[in-house]
Amino acid sequence: MATPSVLLLRAPGTNCDAEAAFAFEKAGAAVRSVHINELRQQPRLLKKHQILLLPGGFSYGDDVAAGKILAAQLSTFLADAVREFRSAEKLVLGICNGFQVLVKAGLLVPPDEDGPLVTLAHNPHGRFEDRWVHLAITPNSCPFLKGLTRMYVPIAHGEGNFVCRKEWIFKGLDQAGQVVLRYTDPQGQPAGFPHNPNGSQGDIAGISDATGRVLGLMPHPERHILGTQHPRWTRDGLKPEGEGMAIFRNAVEYFTG
Amino acid sequence: MLWEVEIHPLGRDGERDRVCDEFDLLTSSKRGIDLVTATSRGYLIDGHLAGVDVQNLCDELLVDRLVERVDVRALGTPLGTPATTVLLKPGVTDNVADSVVTAATDLGYAVAQARTFRRYYGPDAHAADRDLLARKILANGAIEQAVTGPLHASNLAVGQPYAFRLVVVPLRDLDDAGLMQISRDGQLALSLDEMRTVQAHFREHDRDPTDCELESVAQTWSEHCSHKTLKGVIDYAETAEGVTTTRRYGNLLKETIFGATQEIRRRLGPDDWCVSVFSDNAGVVKFSDDFHLAIKVETHNRPSSIEPYGGANTGLGGVIRDLLGTALGGRPVCNTDVFCFARPDYPADQLPAGVLHPRRTMQGVVAGVRDYGNRMGIPTVNGSISFDDRYLANPLVFCGTVGTVPINKVVKEVMPGDLIVAMGGRTGRDGIHGATFSSLELTDQSETLSGGAVQIGNAIEEKKVLDVLMQARDRGLYTAITDCGAGGFSSAVGEMGADLGAHVELDKAPLKYAGLSYTEIWISEAQERMVLSVPPEKWQELHDLCRSENVEAVVLGTFEATGRLKLSYRGHPVGDLSMHFLHDGRPNVVRHATYTRKPAAPVAGDTTMSPHDALLKILGTYTVCSKESVVRQYDHEVQGGSVIKPLVGLLNDGPSDAAVVTPVLGLTLGAAIGNGLCPQFADLDPYAAAACAIDEALRNVVAVGADPARTAILDNFCWGNVTDPELLGALVRTAEACRDAALAYGTPFVSGKDSLNNEYKSPTLRITIPSTLLITALGRVPDVRQCVTMDLKSPGNRLLLVGTTHDELGGSHYHLVTGKTGGRVPCPDLATAPKIFAALHRAIRGGLVRSCHDLSEGGLAVAVAEMAFAGGVGADLTGANDVTSLFSESATRFLLEVTPENAAALLHHFDGLPVTDIGATVAEQRLRVAGAGGEWLIWAKLADLKEAWQKPLR
Repeated sequence: MATPSVLLLRAPGTNCDAEAAFAFEKAGAAVRSVHINELRQQPRLLKKHQILLLPGGFSYGDDVAAGKILAAQLSTFLADAVREFRSAEKLVLGICNGFQVLVKAGLLVPPDEDGPLVTLAHNPHGRFEDRWVHLAITPNSCPFLKGLTRMYVPIAHGEGNFVCRKEWIFKGLDQAGQVVLRYTDPQGQPAGFPHNPNGSQGDIAGISDATGRVLGLMPHPERHILGTQHPRWTRDGLKPEGEGMAIFRNAVEYFTG
Repeated sequence: MLWEVEIHPLGRDGERDRVCDEFDLLTSSKRGIDLVTATSRGYLIDGHLAGVDVQNLCDELLVDRLVERVDVRALGTPLGTPATTVLLKPGVTDNVADSVVTAATDLGYAVAQARTFRRYYGPDAHAADRDLLARKILANGAIEQAVTGPLHASNLAVGQPYAFRLVVVPLRDLDDAGLMQISRDGQLALSLDEMRTVQAHFREHDRDPTDCELESVAQTWSEHCSHKTLKGVIDYAETAEGVTTTRRYGNLLKETIFGATQEIRRRLGPDDWCVSVFSDNAGVVKFSDDFHLAIKVETHNRPSSIEPYGGANTGLGGVIRDLLGTALGGRPVCNTDVFCFARPDYPADQLPAGVLHPRRTMQGVVAGVRDYGNRMGIPTVNGSISFDDRYLANPLVFCGTVGTVPINKVVKEVMPGDLIVAMGGRTGRDGIHGATFSSLELTDQSETLSGGAVQIGNAIEEKKVLDVLMQARDRGLYTAITDCGAGGFSSAVGEMGADLGAHVELDKAPLKYAGLSYTEIWISEAQERMVLSVPPEKWQELHDLCRSENVEAVVLGTFEATGRLKLSYRGHPVGDLSMHFLHDGRPNVVRHATYTRKPAAPVAGDTTMSPHDALLKILGTYTVCSKESVVRQYDHEVQGGSVIKPLVGLLNDGPSDAAVVTPVLGLTLGAAIGNGLCPQFADLDPYAAAACAIDEALRNVVAVGADPARTAILDNFCWGNVTDPELLGALVRTAEACRDAALAYGTPFVSGKDSLNNEYKSPTLRITIPSTLLITALGRVPDVRQCVTMDLKSPGNRLLLVGTTHDELGGSHYHLVTGKTGGRVPCPDLATAPKIFAALHRAIRGGLVRSCHDLSEGGLAVAVAEMAFAGGVGADLTGANDVTSLFSESATRFLLEVTPENAAALLHHFDGLPVTDIGATVAEQRLRVAGAGGEWLIWAKLADLKEAWQKPLR
């Protein structure tokens, strides 16, 4: 297949769209930026694309709760189109605010009769924080993470605390292979704050859905595409590319490779 | 039906922890936890909703049941437990409530109105404590109200119908006292001279002005909009050694700061890289083949002193709009924010009336800047925070933005017949009299009198405007643009139509609520609004574009070649002013300034403090210490352009000299942003302080790799009461230093601002801020892959000190911590400094510098300590063996790390310039400084130095 096409879904307050588009384009994809209003008018637009990207930012100001309003719009007005998109073996990527939207729309872990199983709550220290984190990667069936074991990328959020309603839900996710990204210390070991920057249960930085084709993560791989974005490139030497690039390349190769 | 949706946190109650801590700090007690036992938040909702609808709305939108619990009740239901509820005052922007109404309506719920609230539970005892808690911690009276017990309301709607009535202000027959009465009662801030000019103008036209016309004049002539002091006539008398010389400035700014820029541009000739200076909303300089860079720095001091969150929030929002309104629209790529506060541990029981505690001011300001910048998706990459108790009542909040402008989108020209289009937020009663208020002094009454001047921003509204504006710009849908800032439509339309004329139909402006008079619409400073001139044939396309992204845009009127500013409301004429009178009719202000040159006072005071202890103390001063807890709250990497971050080093926690970003993602061409601020020297020598500030700003950007020959600078003057000739004299000296240093360094000023009369007055107390000049530097980095950071890289390297150290401890941090006074303050050698900058830049471009840090507060000792603990590499200094060498703050100095093999090549670049090998880097995790007699003046573990530096504001 030729160049896969990314539908970048934009809403009022989306603000990590340009660098996410840059990353996908660098990886060889074509990116079309679509406003949520436009997609609501023409849900069929999704059919023309292979990858749905929900970038970071503050959709609708994160008023009420992070990602909540956009999630409610997706669930109410675009549920069918998104369901069809997923069942067509296509890929969905939600970064930071996009992850919050996916979680709150139930697109990663569907709710049961008692409501949502998981959420992303406020960081325990109550603040927005920008910080680089080490991730341990268990790709399982997630095409975005194929062949990856570690990644160094920044987080920048105030509501990234992954919470499961009950302990069994966390265990279930883990056993199902959906816990694909975990915060660790530089040596790759589980550790508390600041290595786990937001108090997430099980150090969860990102999860996939049951198929692996929908990935949501709090860290920003699109902010580590160039060597100069690394916080210590002046110490450790300039690398030809950043570690986050692999996620975007994997996504493209899933269709072309 | 009116509902109350109250949401309780499950688990940790962070808001309770916060307010209890605040109470304990403010009262030096431990009673907080007894006063507040639990907190909640929620919404008041008005609409045709049954209880079950509200429950469904909670599930679908409002409540996250994994971490929250909700109570839904009819409004007014008794709570059962004593509680205080805090709400925004009616009319104050409530972004979350607005979002709830929009989202709920979208989802099919009949929600008409909503308001947010916070609630604090606690026993109905300790009346005095509760009162203090409510007033000082739970609510800010400028924007919020605190209600005890259940809430009662019949509806949530704001506003009432407005019946048109033309107001004419009879002033043709008034005497001076009568004129001043009108100026005062109307909060016009016009002087007697100005009122007389207005009177003469209307006498000539045989009529009295309408209120709207008078307001237009007041806004246009305000200090904030016209900078009449700095651009006015100043009679300056300078006394040196008993001899007084005088000179007259016809326009101080023009003859010093603008003048220097003009001269630099003239010298550059065909290589002039300035594009637009001091004419547009921001300065514009050349950058790449396709883009220019625009930069603007503004202050928002008064609003921030009253409501720190809202003040700082709208301060940043305002400067970002300046950038959107520059050329045909700039795209913001990064922010810089500099604050001045009183120390955060200021004794709470000594706070003057009407003044917020500096700790609260700081938290609010940081949060306000954070929330606006982060939501807009503009990285905050640079800044600093300075502390001096004289900023207690007048904290300073400088917000700056850098952005790109396509080179073919620079020229804007309003054409006759273009439509006047207002885009973005709606107009409310917000901020009425912001422009004139920021030209008045604060008093102990300000907190209550000026509430209307305080606002909350809506960053998402502005982001939506940015999103459509960039598309409209690239499609060529308008001919000119400016932002609505101080003075609202009156300033924006008045400026855009200054050379042409305009007719505005005020009733066309979309309002937040009914009830605004035509004058209120005209001068409202409601946020997030832009004004565009749109050719009629482009209007439909612009309108449709805006609509597609939920941005409101309306036609307010037409620009027309009448030379007049005509205002009407529902067909009634309410104003008709000559543009010429409005813009050129202001009588010149003549002010007097005096300055006495004083020889440096001899150093006084004794100290037994060792250099070792002095270093630890200086590292722990609020001004020098780590600001990591603040920096991390800012998204400094969004947009992906980050090359040199504000925090650098082995553990990403060292203090970077300046930030570098790539404004165009993918290019290796960079922009470095730095700042210089030396109020501590201004008390002793304002000229030296200003020259040092410029030197410092330049040091910062050159240290990371910017080209000093391609560095633009900006000035922001924050001063006390300039009717005081001595304070104005210090300002004149500062402006003269700006001229001299800019000319010497070849760094043109491209934009500037001033905020005068930063003074607090009560019957018993007068506090004037230190004379404060902020210099912001924007340097071009030819290739970001050659950038350098300040953290030491590896053991076994040489440490070279560039620049000359003089005995200049006056105003130094060494004196601050030892209690010494007097001494000579640093002043850069304007002949040598430019050569040093050029040589350093060549060395960095040659790849010879492993690390580089500029020497500023605390001198060499602080610089080497910071480099060492940031890099996790130790250092031995043998070439700096006395207090002066270690702590003098002489200008134009850098400490460089260089590999032994590159040392000779590096020295070669500094041929004929002062440079000394003063030590080496070592693997041991410590800093040692040898004294003249072989003893160790400093012997400190890096961990201890770092702890001293990180502890104060952790």
